[in-house]
Amino acid sequence: MNSARETVLGRIRDALALAPTPAVVVPRDYRTGRALPDDERLALFTDRLLDYKARVHPCTAGRTAEVVGDVLREHGVRRIGVPAGLDARWLARYDGEVRQDGADVPHTHLDALDAVVTASAVGCAETGTIFLDGSPGQGRRALSLVPDLHLCVVDLSAVEAGVPEAVARLAPERPTTLISGPSATSDIELERVEGVHGPRTLVVVIRTDA
Amino acid sequence: MSTFLGMPAPPPRSPYGTGNLRGDKAFPRAAHDGLGDDQLRRNLGRATGTIRAKRLNVTGELPDWEALRDAGSAIKTDAMNRLPELLEQLERKVTERGGTVHWARDAAEANEIVAGLVRAAGSDEVIKVKSMATQETGLNEHLESVGITPHETDLAELIVQLAHDRPSHILVPAIHRNRDEIRQIFLDGIPGVDPDLDNVPAHLAAAARRYLREKFLSTKVAVSGANFGVAETGTLAVVESEGNGRMCLTLPETLITVMGIEKVIPRYQDLEVFLQLLPRSSTGERMNPYTSLWTGVTPGDGPQDFHLILLDNGRTAALADAIGRAALNCIRCSACLNVCPVYERTGGHAYGSTYPGPIGAVLTPQLAGMHAAKDDPNSSLPYASSLCGACFDACPVKIDIPSLLVELRHQHTEQTGVTPEKLAMRAAAAVMRRPGLYTAAQKASGLGRVIAGRDGVIGRLPPPLSGWSDSRDTPAPPRETFRSWFVSDEGTAALRAAAAEHDAATTTGGEHDEEDAT
Amino acid sequence: MRIGLFATCLGDTLFPDAVKATAILLTRLGHDVVFPPGQTCCGQMHINTGYQREPVPLVRNFAAGFGDASIEAVVMPSGSCAGSVRHQHRIVADRYGDAALRAGVDAVAAKTYELSELLVDVLGVTRVGAYFPHRVTYHPTCHSLRMLRVGDKPLRLLREVEGVDLVELPGADSCCGFGGTFALKNAETSTAMLHDKTASIAATGAEVCTAGDSSCLMHIGGGLSRIRSGTRTLHLARILAATRTTPDVLTEASV
Repeated sequence: MNSARETVLGRIRDALALAPTPAVVVPRDYRTGRALPDDERLALFTDRLLDYKARVHPCTAGRTAEVVGDVLREHGVRRIGVPAGLDARWLARYDGEVRQDGADVPHTHLDALDAVVTASAVGCAETGTIFLDGSPGQGRRALSLVPDLHLCVVDLSAVEAGVPEAVARLAPERPTTLISGPSATSDIELERVEGVHGPRTLVVVIRTDA
Repeated sequence: MSTFLGMPAPPPRSPYGTGNLRGDKAFPRAAHDGLGDDQLRRNLGRATGTIRAKRLNVTGELPDWEALRDAGSAIKTDAMNRLPELLEQLERKVTERGGTVHWARDAAEANEIVAGLVRAAGSDEVIKVKSMATQETGLNEHLESVGITPHETDLAELIVQLAHDRPSHILVPAIHRNRDEIRQIFLDGIPGVDPDLDNVPAHLAAAARRYLREKFLSTKVAVSGANFGVAETGTLAVVESEGNGRMCLTLPETLITVMGIEKVIPRYQDLEVFLQLLPRSSTGERMNPYTSLWTGVTPGDGPQDFHLILLDNGRTAALADAIGRAALNCIRCSACLNVCPVYERTGGHAYGSTYPGPIGAVLTPQLAGMHAAKDDPNSSLPYASSLCGACFDACPVKIDIPSLLVELRHQHTEQTGVTPEKLAMRAAAAVMRRPGLYTAAQKASGLGRVIAGRDGVIGRLPPPLSGWSDSRDTPAPPRETFRSWFVSDEGTAALRAAAAEHDAATTTGGEHDEEDAT
Repeated sequence: MRIGLFATCLGDTLFPDAVKATAILLTRLGHDVVFPPGQTCCGQMHINTGYQREPVPLVRNFAAGFGDASIEAVVMPSGSCAGSVRHQHRIVADRYGDAALRAGVDAVAAKTYELSELLVDVLGVTRVGAYFPHRVTYHPTCHSLRMLRVGDKPLRLLREVEGVDLVELPGADSCCGFGGTFALKNAETSTAMLHDKTASIAATGAEVCTAGDSSCLMHIGGGLSRIRSGTRTLHLARILAATRTTPDVLTEASV
């Protein structure tokens, strides 16, 4: 029944026997374990997010609701989706419709939302990347994908300097999405166009004291 | 003791792969079309020029870029050395997390597994993430032949599919098309598209968004490839830009991932290396917009039915070559295509394979062989390079493509019988190994002066030299070789004069900085 | 220093002036240039075309000819031949040679240099006393650039040449399209590459395009001659060997 499996594994063993090569030790001389001060991480993260056409709003944690409310109003958002575990206080200054997402909500309903508001797990300053891992404040992957505007709240304390530092904070068993700017394509004459299938607008609220 | 039986017989070589791994004509003939297509040349020149500059910017800004390349190369080499245990570990982890793992010996077997899974899911269509592996196996053609409709969702793949065309680049399959051509392809191929659609890339992308959104929301089965498969955790990775990958990996009920066995990496931590190497090398971005990492099935999030198909299709044949196997380390970034002066001028179709460009020229012959028939087009691929070495410099996992090309050329000549070229090479070597004969041959080369014009220039020559002389003049051989000059009175006098100049210079205090230093 | 000069088969037979210039330049700098008469060809063309058995005698001959311990360095006015000696002879020896050949190949490879490497790295000189009052552009040949990593050594030498007007070549690091038998096997592609290279050279308005390899210069020069460009090709050694008293007269289209 597993003949393909045994055949392929057998072929691999034969190949390695035909052409044995010495064992390899992986040199990891690249930068790891970097720690940058808050202001430098904020500046770098912001610069990289803007470079990839994300919109960035740094604020203190106490002003989260105010900034979230302003951003949603500014974009004319009237109906948002949120994960079940989102901090409800963040929406205190938003007066539109809020639909709480769940596993049984059909995807077509997500398509009817103006925006989605989520938290995030980790950030990477050097690449302007946000990591979502499906924790309660972030929800399932479809939620942050289908709506056309994604407002993502990032705590500066979770923003690491580089990729190795950020990857080290991930939980491998969780479905993880790395987001660096809004969706984009360079498929036409290698000219970058922001906005294809994922959210065409990415707004990042960075809480500098959280 | 059974040593009288001698050495144990070597294990058998694996069969070569099948599918889209062979063109129908040799590279020089296939390249002719691309070389004569000015539009293609302009499209490619512009696109590769843009991407080259971007890549150099973002690789240059990392002080540890070379250390990352060293790590990436070693991780892949280590993975190849330990392939059986890593694949079994990957299989175990994926299974533990609720996925199902299948093994496919060749392209046809992989295609049949996919088709069976689609039928079992009760669907007659699939949405597809851009995937080299399924391009290689010819999955779309197979699905269509059994009544299943595949929808490519990557913008470039969509363009290629709608135009009934073939991809010509690993990363940007429609790189050979410009905006005007794409506009026309959409007008002709997308049902209900706005007839006033213009050629602005953002508008073209928006048209694709509208067309595909309904497919994403309604199709029950998706097929993807994988950039990496982590043995330690069973995690799979898809690196993309547009969000079509996220759509396919998240919205359908069933997800089928076809992954070449060489895509396995040992540790989750290894992603920290490749997530730096890959985007910077491929699109010239610090990070691609979206990367999806998933491990089996997650209740309440994404497809609840997940299948991983591990594909051989010639990879084990390549693995059996201690030198050539380095090509399996490829992470499909396409940086080598973008810097290749040959690719830039011929385009990807000339290579006849799913894998074009420098990496294709070393990977394709190893996956599918070079001697399937007399004058196998694949045997021309190792020669489709001037060995300029730009690809080696650009490769994020340091595959020494020029050396692999030379190695494959050697394998080709070894496996080919006696040819006029081989006789000529033998004759040349026979002359050059004997200085006396060599000197005599040099005198004979003076005959070149006879065919040269009065200006000392040789113009047009007969075949096989006409390819050269069609666009290059050649100076007639000089009257005197260096070696005869060196021992001549003239040469002796010239060197004596040069030595005297040195003596004079040192006596007078010296004019060269060498002497200044002493 | 006692320097063994390898003329290369192409240099010896077709472009002796570049080799003469190398010999004169090194002698003028006070070195003892020897020419082992048994030398012929490094075998690069064979190896790059896929033939590794046939050049074994050539590899052996090279190692024997330059193995003499009294030869402190081996120089050749060719980046690609130096690259072949340093990187490919060992491959041939590993596959078809014996332990003695491998040892011989390694010993010679370790003291083998392309001209600009020898001058800058070994002899520690960039100002060689040259005088060349012409507008010059430099094409870094692929094997010098990416196999030997000569970097800017040729340019450092050229910048010290008195009277030279050195102009940058656009797209300098792009291959000219020669590639040995590539130019025959894939003549059309090679020609497309050559046309772009000659167009870039013509755009500089240089009188002379120089490089460290006669083979690439033969290719580029052949293209420039065919389009009747005013630019000539000249090996780097000839510029470095030109002085006020012994100028290199730009008359023939030879490399």
